[in-house]
Amino acid sequence: MSEVALRCDGCGKPVDEGDHTRCRERRAKTDPPRYCVECGRKMVVQVLPMGWEAHCLTCSPK
Amino acid sequence: MSNILEIARQQVLEEGRGLNEEQVLEVLQLPDSEIENALALAHEVRMKWCGPEVEVEGIVSIKTGGCPEDCHFCSQSGRFETPVRATKIDIPSLVEAAKETAASGATEFCIVAAVRGPDQRLMDQVSDAIDAITEAVDINIACSLGILTVEQADYLDAKGVHRYNHNLETARSHFPEVVTTHTWEERRETLELVRERGMEVCCGCLIGMGETIEQRAELAGQLAEVEPDEVPMNFLDPRPGTPFADYEVIDATDALRTIAAFRLALPRTILRFAGGRELTLGDLGAKQGILGGMNAIIVGNYLTTLGREPQEDFDLLDELAMPIKEFSNSI
Repeated sequence: MSEVALRCDGCGKPVDEGDHTRCRERRAKTDPPRYCVECGRKMVVQVLPMGWEAHCLTCSPK
Repeated sequence: MSNILEIARQQVLEEGRGLNEEQVLEVLQLPDSEIENALALAHEVRMKWCGPEVEVEGIVSIKTGGCPEDCHFCSQSGRFETPVRATKIDIPSLVEAAKETAASGATEFCIVAAVRGPDQRLMDQVSDAIDAITEAVDINIACSLGILTVEQADYLDAKGVHRYNHNLETARSHFPEVVTTHTWEERRETLELVRERGMEVCCGCLIGMGETIEQRAELAGQLAEVEPDEVPMNFLDPRPGTPFADYEVIDATDALRTIAAFRLALPRTILRFAGGRELTLGDLGAKQGILGGMNAIIVGNYLTTLGREPQEDFDLLDELAMPIKEFSNSI
C-alpha cells in the first residue's frame, strides 16, 4: 500500500474531494476503518471485543 | 423530592415491586432538577435488589452483515447501502476472542449473528463454536441468533447456552416504524420459547429511534411483562446508510432519566450498558449511569462499532468500589 491515503477509510471517497469531517469524527469515536485507503472499496472488517481486523479483498487479501 | 419518587421509594425500594407503565411515564416526565434524585433512588434499588456486583460481558459477531431484515437502525441489514461488508469469523478466532474476553474479567460471552433466524448451517457453526469455547475457556456462553424454532431453542438449551438474547428494541406501538420484515410478536414468541426451556432471557431495547416518552414508558412496561433476567440498554448511534442515519443522538439527560426509570420498573433485572453509551453519555455519563441503576456492562467493542477501552471501565468500577461478578458466582 502507498503511504499516503488516497481514499477516506470512513466513506471510500477520494480524500481530496468533499468534506470528511463526519468520517473523521466517527473514526475517532466509534468506528473502525471501513474502506480501503488505496482503492476505496469496502473492506472486510471483523470487530472483536478487544480489537478489530480489517483487510481489502483487492489490495490486501488474506 | 417529587411524589412519584416518594411512591417509588416505598413500592420499589422497600417492597421490590417495579413501577408500572403510568408510573414510569411520570419518572420520564420529571424535570431536570429531579434527575439526580431519580438516579440516586435507582442506585439504591439496584444495590438492595441486585447487590454491588457488576456483570461484565463481551460480544462478538459470528456472522456480520447481509441480514435480510430491515431493522432501520442497523448497519448490518443487506437492504441498506451501509459501509458494512458481510463476513464470518472462523472458530479459532472466536475462541481467541472468548479467551481475551475472559481474561479481561468478563463472565459472559455472547455469540451474535445478523440473521432473521438461524439456518442449519449457522446452527452447526454455533454448535462447533460452543464446543470449542467451552473446552478452552471458563466463561458463560450466550447466543443471539434471531427468531428461533422450538427445535432450535431445544438444541441451544441442550448445548448449555445459559442465556439467549432477543431484543424487543422498542415499544410494540412503535415497532412498525422500526422494522417491517418481522413483527414485535414474533420476537416476543422467541422470548417465550427461551424461557420455557429454562435458558435465561436477555431482552434489550434501543432508545432514541423517534419514540415518544409515552412509548418509552410503554416499552418499560412490556419489558417488565417479559420478566427478563437481563435488559441491555442501547442508545441509538445513527449509522451511515441506514434510514435512521440522520437521527439526532439523544440528549445525555434524557438517557440518564431513562436509565433511572427503567431501573425503577425492573428492580431485580440485570441492567446492562450496551451500544451507544459512549456517544450519548461520554465518560461522565457512564459513571452517572453506573451510579444510577446500571449493574452490567459490555466490555470493549460492540458488533460493528468500537467501545471504550476496557481498562477505563475497570478503573471506573474500581473507583466506585463495585466488584466484578465472578464466573463461579454466575453459574
